[in-house]
Amino acid sequence: MSDERDDTQPTGPALGKDEWVARFGANRVRRSGALGVLEQRLATVSWWAWLTLFVAVIAALPLGIESGYVRRVAFDTVVLMLLALGLNIVVGWGGLLDLGFVAFYGVGAYAYALLASDHSGIHLPSILLIPLVAVIGALAGWLVGLPSRRLLGDYLAIVTLFFFQIFLTVTNNGDNVFGASITNGPNGLLNIDPLSFFGWTIPRSTSEGLFNVAYIYVALAFFGVVYVALRFVNESRTGRAWRSLREDPLAAEMMGMPVNRLKLLAFAFGAGVAALTGTFASALNGSVFPQNFEFPLLITVYTIVILGGQGSQVGVVLGAVIVSVLLEVLRDANDARSLFYVALVLGLYGAFRASTRLVVVLGGTIVLGFVLRTVAGAIDGSWTAGTAEDAGRAAHLAAEWVIVPLEPARWLAPAAYLVLVTLVLGLTLVGGRLRLAALVPTLYLAAFVWENVLLAKPEATRYIVIGVILVGLMIVRPNGLLGEKRVEIV
Amino acid sequence: MADRVLELQGVTMAFGGLTVVDALDLHVERGEIVSVIGPNGAGKTTLFNLVTGVYRPSAGDIRFEGSSIVGLEPHAITQRGIARTFQTLRLFLNMTVRENVMAAAYGHTQAGVIRSMLRTPGMRREERAIRALAEERLGFFGERLVGYRWDQPAYSLSYANRRRLEIARATATNPRLLLLDEPAAGMNPNETLEMAELIGKLRDVGGYTILVIEHDMHVVEGISDRVVALDHGVKIAEGTFEQVATDPKVVEAYLGTGAMARKAL
Repeated sequence: MSDERDDTQPTGPALGKDEWVARFGANRVRRSGALGVLEQRLATVSWWAWLTLFVAVIAALPLGIESGYVRRVAFDTVVLMLLALGLNIVVGWGGLLDLGFVAFYGVGAYAYALLASDHSGIHLPSILLIPLVAVIGALAGWLVGLPSRRLLGDYLAIVTLFFFQIFLTVTNNGDNVFGASITNGPNGLLNIDPLSFFGWTIPRSTSEGLFNVAYIYVALAFFGVVYVALRFVNESRTGRAWRSLREDPLAAEMMGMPVNRLKLLAFAFGAGVAALTGTFASALNGSVFPQNFEFPLLITVYTIVILGGQGSQVGVVLGAVIVSVLLEVLRDANDARSLFYVALVLGLYGAFRASTRLVVVLGGTIVLGFVLRTVAGAIDGSWTAGTAEDAGRAAHLAAEWVIVPLEPARWLAPAAYLVLVTLVLGLTLVGGRLRLAALVPTLYLAAFVWENVLLAKPEATRYIVIGVILVGLMIVRPNGLLGEKRVEIV
Repeated sequence: MADRVLELQGVTMAFGGLTVVDALDLHVERGEIVSVIGPNGAGKTTLFNLVTGVYRPSAGDIRFEGSSIVGLEPHAITQRGIARTFQTLRLFLNMTVRENVMAAAYGHTQAGVIRSMLRTPGMRREERAIRALAEERLGFFGERLVGYRWDQPAYSLSYANRRRLEIARATATNPRLLLLDEPAAGMNPNETLEMAELIGKLRDVGGYTILVIEHDMHVVEGISDRVVALDHGVKIAEGTFEQVATDPKVVEAYLGTGAMARKAL
C-alpha cells in the first residue's frame, strides 16, 4: 500500500453518516401523533392474543343474533378470510401472480362433493376427507405450477388464468365425459353430505330451521389452525426463501435457494388452503355449481389481499372482513345511500382537510343541487317527482336535493354514467381552480347517478364501489391497509 | 498440483454469433485472492455467471474442488460452496438486514415445511442457529451492521452498507469460494480502502478463497495475489499486479492502440 492512502485511513468504528441515514429512515417510517402512539402501544400486544380475541369476537357474534342471514354472512366472511390467507402465500409472499386461485377452491369443493355424496356413492368421513382434499388441492396446485414454474409476472398470470378457464369448462361440461356424468355440468352436484366427525353428523340447520352455528365454529377452527401454521411457515427458512424469491428470484437462486421448487411449494400451499376451504363450504351448502367459482369471486379475493396489504396476514384477514361486510351493506339501498354520502364527505375531508376549499366545494355542491332541482322542477314537474329508491328518511332528504325523474328516459342512465366517468377522468387532467370548479358538478352528477342508476342495481353497484375504493386506495396507500412499505428500486 | 479450488478449462461462452468468453483457462488456488480486470465488456461478469451456473458454457469445463459443476443449477452450485455478490446490488430490499442473511442459510439447513408448521424442537434449534450465524456474519463488519440495524429493512441502508450486507449474505451460504463483483464500485475513497482491508480479512480470518472483479487499481494492487486481465473474452495477461499492469496488451486494452504514441506527441 502506498503512503498517501494511509492518510485517509478511517478513524475507527465511528459511524457518522451511515448512522444518520439509518435513523432518519427509522423516523420516517414511524407515524406521528396520537395514531402513532396508539400504534406503538398496540404493537406490544402479542399476535396470539390478537388472534384469540379476534376468533372469540367472531365466535360470539352469531350467538346473540338469531338471524340466519347474519350467520351466513359470518360464515362467508371466514371462508373469504381463509381464501385470502391462501392467496397471500402465493401473491404476498411468493410474489407469483396466480389468477387461477379460485379454481383450487373449486377443486376442493368438487373433490369433497364427489367423495361424500350420493352422486358417486362414496361417503368418506370428514375427518379423513378434509385432509385428503387439502392434499388433492395441493397436488393440483403443484401440477399447475409445474409447467408454469419458469414463468414470471404477466406470463404466469395468463397461464394460471387459462387453467382457471379450463376448470370452468370442465365443470360445466363434466356431465358427459364419454357418457359418464362426473360433475353434472351446470346443474351441479346436489345432496352432498354435511360434516360428520366420528359418526356424529353436524346438521346444516338447527331443529328450528336456523343456520347451524357449528359450521361457523368449524370454519373458525380451520382459520385459527391455518393462520398459526402459515405464520410459523413464514417465520421459517421456507418463508424467508419465499419472500426472497419475491424480492429477487435470481439473487435467491444464487444464495442457494431452489427457486423453482419453492415456487411450486408456494403454489401447492396456496392451493391446499383453498381446497381445504372448499370442503366445509361444500358441506354447508350441500351443493356445488360451476358458477360458484367464477371471476367475481377471484376478483373479490384479490381485492381483499390488495386492500388488506399483500404479505400481511393480519392485513388480508382485516381486508376480508371489510370487503365481506361492505358487499353486504351495499345490498340494501338505504344503508348503501348513507354509506355513499358519508364516504363522499370523508373523501373530500381527506383530500382537502379543514380548509376553505372544503367549504367551497361542499357548499357549492349543495347549492348547485338545490338550484338545479328547482330549475328542473319549474320546467317540468315530472322531472323531480320521482321517489328515490327504497323510501327511508335519508331517501326523502336525498330526493329534496337530487333530481329524481318520475319516469327517466331510457338513455338518461347510461348517458349520465358516461358523462360522470368522463368528468372524473377530466378532473385528473386539469389542476388548480379549474379542478376545484369542475369538482362541484362532478360531485352532484355522482349523487345523481347514485340515486338514479346505481342504487337501482345493487348487484353491479357493489362491484363498482369496490373498484372505486381500490383505485382510491392504490393512489393514497399503494401497499394496502396493513401492507409493509415496499420499495421496488432504490 | 496445489489445492485448486476453481479451475476453468477452455471455457467458451457464445451468445449467437457473439463470443463473450473465448477458450478461457483460469484457476484459483485455495486461500488465494485473484483479481479479474479488464475494460467494460471484457466478459468479467459473464465469467462469474458461468461459474455460478447462470449460463452454461458453450464449451469447456468448470471444476470446483476437483469435480465438474457444468450443468448444475445455480442453487446447487451455491450449496457446493461458491457464493457471489452482484455488481448491481441485488439485496432483498424489503426484508430486514438480518433476514437477508438468514435467508442465505437455506442451502445448508434442513427444516421442512411440516416441521416449521409444527415448530418442532429441532426446527427451533436450527432457527436459533441460523439467527446466531446471521448475527455472527453481520458482526464481521465491525459496528457497521449490528444492533439496531438488524431489524431495519435493507432498503434503509446506505450504499456502502448494502455492499457489505451483500458480502455478509454471501458468506452465510457457508462458501469456500467467494466471487465478489466490483465490491468497491460507487464507494468513496475511505470506504474503498476499508473494503480492500475487508477483502483481505475475509481471506485471512474468514478463510475464504476469493475471486474478485475490480476496477479500482489501487484496490487490485493492494489485495491481489494474482491478477488476470481479460479483453473481449480472452485472457491477455496473468501474473502479479506489476507484471499485468505493465503488460503492453493490457495497456492497449485499456487505452487503445497508439496511446503511448499519442502521449509522446
